[in-house]
Amino acid sequence: MSEVAIRIEGLGKCYRLRHQGAVRYNTLRDDLVNWMKAPFQFLSGREKKGACEQEDFWALRDISCEIKHGEVVGIIGRNGAGKSTLLKILSRLVDPTEGGADLFGRVGALLEVGTGFHPELTGRENIYLSGAILGMTRHEIQRKFDEIVTFAEIEKFLDTPAKYYSSGMYMRLGFAVAAHLEPEILVVDEVLAVGDVQFQKKCLGKMKDVSVSGRTVLFVSHNMSAIRSLCSRAILLKDGRVAADGDVEKVTEAYMALHTDSKAFAGNLAAHPGASGSKKVVFEWARVGHGDGVENGQFCIGDDLHIEFKIKAGAKVVESFLKLGIMMRSQDGIKLCSLVDSDSGFVMDDFCAECELSVKLEDMRLYPGTYYITLWVGDITSINTYHWVEECLSFEVIDGGKLTSRKLSRAGGLLFWTPEWKKNNIKQGHE
Amino acid sequence: MIACQEKKPYWKIRPQKGWNPLDLLELWAYREVLWMLALRDIKLRYKQTALGVVWVILQPLLPGLIFAVIFGKFARLPSDGQPYLLFVFSGLIPWMLFSNMIQRSGGSLVTEARLITKVYFPRMLVPLASGVSVLVDFFVSMGLMFFLMVLYGVPLQPVLGLLPIFLLTAILLGAGIGLWLSALNVKYRDFMYALPFLVQVWMFATPVVYGMAVVPEKWRFLYSFNPMVGVVEGFRLCFLGKSSVGVEHIALSVGAALAFFILGSLYFRSVERGFADKL
Repeated sequence: MSEVAIRIEGLGKCYRLRHQGAVRYNTLRDDLVNWMKAPFQFLSGREKKGACEQEDFWALRDISCEIKHGEVVGIIGRNGAGKSTLLKILSRLVDPTEGGADLFGRVGALLEVGTGFHPELTGRENIYLSGAILGMTRHEIQRKFDEIVTFAEIEKFLDTPAKYYSSGMYMRLGFAVAAHLEPEILVVDEVLAVGDVQFQKKCLGKMKDVSVSGRTVLFVSHNMSAIRSLCSRAILLKDGRVAADGDVEKVTEAYMALHTDSKAFAGNLAAHPGASGSKKVVFEWARVGHGDGVENGQFCIGDDLHIEFKIKAGAKVVESFLKLGIMMRSQDGIKLCSLVDSDSGFVMDDFCAECELSVKLEDMRLYPGTYYITLWVGDITSINTYHWVEECLSFEVIDGGKLTSRKLSRAGGLLFWTPEWKKNNIKQGHE
Repeated sequence: MIACQEKKPYWKIRPQKGWNPLDLLELWAYREVLWMLALRDIKLRYKQTALGVVWVILQPLLPGLIFAVIFGKFARLPSDGQPYLLFVFSGLIPWMLFSNMIQRSGGSLVTEARLITKVYFPRMLVPLASGVSVLVDFFVSMGLMFFLMVLYGVPLQPVLGLLPIFLLTAILLGAGIGLWLSALNVKYRDFMYALPFLVQVWMFATPVVYGMAVVPEKWRFLYSFNPMVGVVEGFRLCFLGKSSVGVEHIALSVGAALAFFILGSLYFRSVERGFADKL
């Protein structure tokens, strides 16, 4: 098939950044004054020329590409590269600032699981509501109702208000409704990052069915193995522009290569491209090593891994209670673990201005390969993120070491375990 | 595959500027969403209440009774020779329709922020659905009115046939102002706080607890620039067959309702594309 499904031409989105203190928020009073000055301009909602000059931030710029009918395209990039903005524009939630896009076919956009769900409504009511909001007709929903219910495995709770559902059930139901949409173009954000492993598998399977059924799919994810197994083509976004576009293997490799750049930021994590959060507390620096204070990113299986970092108050008033987290991802984007300080019985309850911390991971048993570390600091409830530095550190596990006696293939897995083996001889015959 | 001519795009995404006309075709295509949202509002309103649907009856009845006691019994406001309860209730019905419509739709976009930032459908459906859900309450209060009329032995008037005109005017006015307020509320949450006061002041500027007859003749035309004057007195005329309202007052109301609806929807359309960024 050669028909175009999505054509994007010179797409750009500019956000006006407002720095606190420097530029004031638009208040009703300001706007009333403006309105007095130029009533027609204000009423038509047009931005004043020149108002968008100083604090322009282009979340997306000069995006052009064509996606053919039946193509399954993955969109990858770090946090803040513009993936979500692109999806939001393509699903018509926000308007572009320049350029445009044409979509040829009925569009279904899934930016969250359970769009339109209301906790007070029952499962049945929610299926109809969410289905309608996502673009299904009443008739269509009726036809697929049983299928949806079976897929979500909620038969027994169909007439129970959704607020009594477990989070797993909620997710399943949400995905089930979305999965039964039949648009010609499907735009999916990282909805697969939720739910238990079994459910994720089921979702991936469903996504695969969709992708082989000849529909056009645009799929945003951090999960490289999902991207590789679903998509034939990938587009890599970097700083709001297309950095690579083409064969999925090549582009995902290019994405991995982006991480090597991040080492240059080790000295100044606040300026790290993967950083987000309110910056009330920030990571100043971070390193991985062998515990001797020197940065050394090479380890053998069985070595002790030391992650050291310094946190500093970014604001004047800071709570003394903090929560810290460390997340590790494999080369393929598989999340290995989310370490939280309190899980180890460590409580950060007397933070004042700054402090250095070290985390020792004894007897590291990861397979040879490259791993990426994400650091997180937030308040004790983990609701507010102060600083989140995505994949700011990396380390490599190399072959060798005391524990391994054979060459380990990277495809062999992620964990090198050496469990205890026992043998129980069964006597055969008699002596 | 047959090489075919390029189809018309299903969605054409471009930066938009200036005024946008009302896209009735699109609204019609999404009518099921409107219905589902309205249905949800109705279902949610009385969930987890002990009295449930009884509230639908109590909500217009209680203020009616309170006004009847305070203004009818103590203040002895004139009621054109009608039982005061009927008199005030006939005014309360359109007033509550209108005020509930603007109050519910006014805050609707902010309440539905999550939905609006996650999925596309014509944004206008959110305030409109809140408006539609109010209609249910309205029809219940109508039933209550007829019941009260039977109770007081007041016969139905032939002018009742005019009721749809006033009902439509009230709906257009409520929807228009509701659209306007809901859009303004996204930008300035001030409106959320100002709205209850506005509604209260507006009620006393409208002949709900008193009749238009108490307004001096020479001020009536000016008075009827409040578009709810024509509507409320119109309802009273239909139910009780008696009112000081004139054709010119009603015409003003209808004109104002149309203007508010057109301007409100135009304003809404021109700012709706920024909602997802502002919410």
